[in-house]
Amino acid sequence: MLEIRNLHASIGDTEILKGINLSIGDGEIHAVMGPNGSGKSTLASVLAGKEDYRVTEGEILYQGNNLLDLDAETRAREGLFLAFQYPVEIPGVGNSYFLKAALNAIRKHRGETELDAFDFLQLVKEKMKLVQMDESLLKRAVNEGFSGGEKKRNEIFHMAVLEPRMAILDETDSGLDIDALRIVSDGVNALRSPERSFLVITHYQRLLDHIVPDFVHVLKDGRIVRSGGRELALELEAEGYEDLHDRDGLRVAAGA
Amino acid sequence: MNSTAILEEFANRDYEHGFVTDVEQDRFPPGLDESVIRALSAIKKEPEWLLEWRLAAYRRWQQQQEPEWAKVDYEPVDYQSISYYAAPKTNSLESLDEVDPEILKTYEKLGIPLDEQKILAGVAVDAVFDSVSVATTYKEKLGEAGIIFCSFSEAVQEHPELIRRFLGSVVPPGDNFFATLNSAVFSDGSFVYVPKGVRCPMELSTYFRINASNTGQFERTLIVADEGAYVSYLEGCTAPQRDENQLHAAVVELVALKGATIKYSTVQNWYPGDKETGAGGIYNFVTKRGLCEEKASISWTQVETGSAITWKYPSVVLKGDDSIGEFYSVALTSGRQQADTGSKMIHIGRNTRSTIISKGISAGRGQNTYRGQVKILPKAANARNFSQCDSMLIGSDCGAHTFPYIDVRNPTARMEHEATTSKIGEDQIFYCNQRGLSTEDAVSMIVNGFCKEVFRKLPMEFAVEAQKLLGVSLEGSVG
Ligand SMILES: Nc1ncnc2c1ncn2[C@@H]1O[C@H](COP(=O)(O)OP(=O)(O)OP(=O)(O)O)[C@@H](O)[C@H]1O
Ligand SMILES: [Mg+2]
Repeated sequence: MLEIRNLHASIGDTEILKGINLSIGDGEIHAVMGPNGSGKSTLASVLAGKEDYRVTEGEILYQGNNLLDLDAETRAREGLFLAFQYPVEIPGVGNSYFLKAALNAIRKHRGETELDAFDFLQLVKEKMKLVQMDESLLKRAVNEGFSGGEKKRNEIFHMAVLEPRMAILDETDSGLDIDALRIVSDGVNALRSPERSFLVITHYQRLLDHIVPDFVHVLKDGRIVRSGGRELALELEAEGYEDLHDRDGLRVAAGA
Repeated sequence: MNSTAILEEFANRDYEHGFVTDVEQDRFPPGLDESVIRALSAIKKEPEWLLEWRLAAYRRWQQQQEPEWAKVDYEPVDYQSISYYAAPKTNSLESLDEVDPEILKTYEKLGIPLDEQKILAGVAVDAVFDSVSVATTYKEKLGEAGIIFCSFSEAVQEHPELIRRFLGSVVPPGDNFFATLNSAVFSDGSFVYVPKGVRCPMELSTYFRINASNTGQFERTLIVADEGAYVSYLEGCTAPQRDENQLHAAVVELVALKGATIKYSTVQNWYPGDKETGAGGIYNFVTKRGLCEEKASISWTQVETGSAITWKYPSVVLKGDDSIGEFYSVALTSGRQQADTGSKMIHIGRNTRSTIISKGISAGRGQNTYRGQVKILPKAANARNFSQCDSMLIGSDCGAHTFPYIDVRNPTARMEHEATTSKIGEDQIFYCNQRGLSTEDAVSMIVNGFCKEVFRKLPMEFAVEAQKLLGVSLEGSVG
């Protein structure tokens, strides 16, 4: 699905990603953890095509094609989805209207017929149940005045409607109460399929109790310093990222 | 290219309506003096009093100064280089078949609903082609309800008593430099009279079109809703591309007698001028004012996307007790466009209410100024005004300015004023892109969202058109 090779990315003159290697197979769930400021969101943004970041080295293959050749909207239409750590408010644009336009842009790209208002409503009703989202949020402007948790839930709702191939969730669990966490996780699990892969960025192992990952990676100072199975998350929870540095710094150095 | 750079290209779409119709013209040589006014009045077979009225205005105008207070910059107009009359040679009004096919083709390109479909849809059209009306439809059906809807010239012939009674009753002949000029030389326009208690059964619509080069357009529109009557009037304008600046100084007067309602909607997309230099665009210096008697209500809704210079303040004089004035406006400036627009609400009667909602959008190097005045006179007890002026900036070379003037002389007045300025952010565009939307669609969506409150006030058909128009203006600019 996604193959990241030696990815270096900078903002201005500051290098933030310093050689990321990551391979995500079809249907796999990968979790990325790591301290604040380590570059997790930067990685997500580069994958989604944010232009502020300059890729200075490396390559990314998505479904066999060079991802970096595509602009952000084409990536989205090709099935790449990012649930934002900080979802953006768009005053004046109705959430439902926005999502319909998005879905139809994607369908058009795929050569499918666009959904009319009626069919769209059917679909939306069904997906809303999946994340137990309140109907009123559909009528309001995109994210405007939504609470932190509502914004996160809305991201998952967007994901459920757009049915991406590769979904990146950037700290979708932060700011969710316990019930919401379960609902959002159930939503993600319901979307799990052999054709769909996930990259889940989180600080908390408890999310990974709900969304069980195939692999866990630790990102530190722009590099993946350790990878393992789900048990790595438990280990991190117990020991933190601090000592990881030396041990895994060595390991990375030895491996390089 | 990052989205700022994309956004800054906002205005780079060639003007869609920039074509010229090839029709033989009857026209005066350029220049203005009393003999021109006499000749104009004679061609139109006007009564003596109207000629005198024009001449008085002309003499007044010679004493007046062109206003300089507006925040617009333009090359001075040479009033002697303008031709004050032009009419297409073919001018039969009986049926569409008799209308010059060239003219019909032009309207078709503009998407003007002169065709059967639109007539079936219930839109009566009085199209002004340069200075003379060339087609009037649905007149008979309106006639059955006693509604008069015709060209101004025709009204002068057929209903001189109404013209004499109401002409200049809201915008006096010496009101301001441009209105005075219009009073002296107005060519044609529309006249509407809705009798007592009659609700006009359809939207009345006029499309203005400036065609001949070097021809100033001086429309005169007068709409009278008698006691308890209701009428909704739509005005739409496009003009072909020309090299010289074209002056447009119209006057619109609305009279809402006791308990009457007038809704006046405008969509204006005249040629805005060259994107880089601003050359060739329309100068739009318009005086629009309505007068409300007791319990009457007047509402102005405008979507302005064209013209090089816009100078326009649709106003309502709330003379009668319990009368209502409303102004809903979207003004978009891009390229080198400059707009100085807003509204005046003059509260004279008791319990009068007014609302001003203004949405200014600036892109490219466009300059957008809101200038509004709310005046509460001493006898206007319990007057209320709500004003909201929102500006949206696209790119970093444009400007938005707000000048609200408030003059309250009655302590019982309640005034509310809100103003916001926002910018389309790159993070918003990226969020839209990430959901599969192009930058162009994203900007269009955000701008339409910003204007929603105003679009809601437009009649259905017009709202769609206005939305399309904004979309079109945005299209070439991004991507
Ligand atoms: N636009 C920017 N300008 C300057 N520095 C930036 C910019 N964006 C990110 N950075 C820096 O890059 C580094 C990585 O940021 P990033 O948001 O990717 O971290 P993160 O791992 O997602 O952290 P968190 O866990 O707090 O969300 C940080 O030091 C941040 O300050
Ligand atoms: Mg982050």
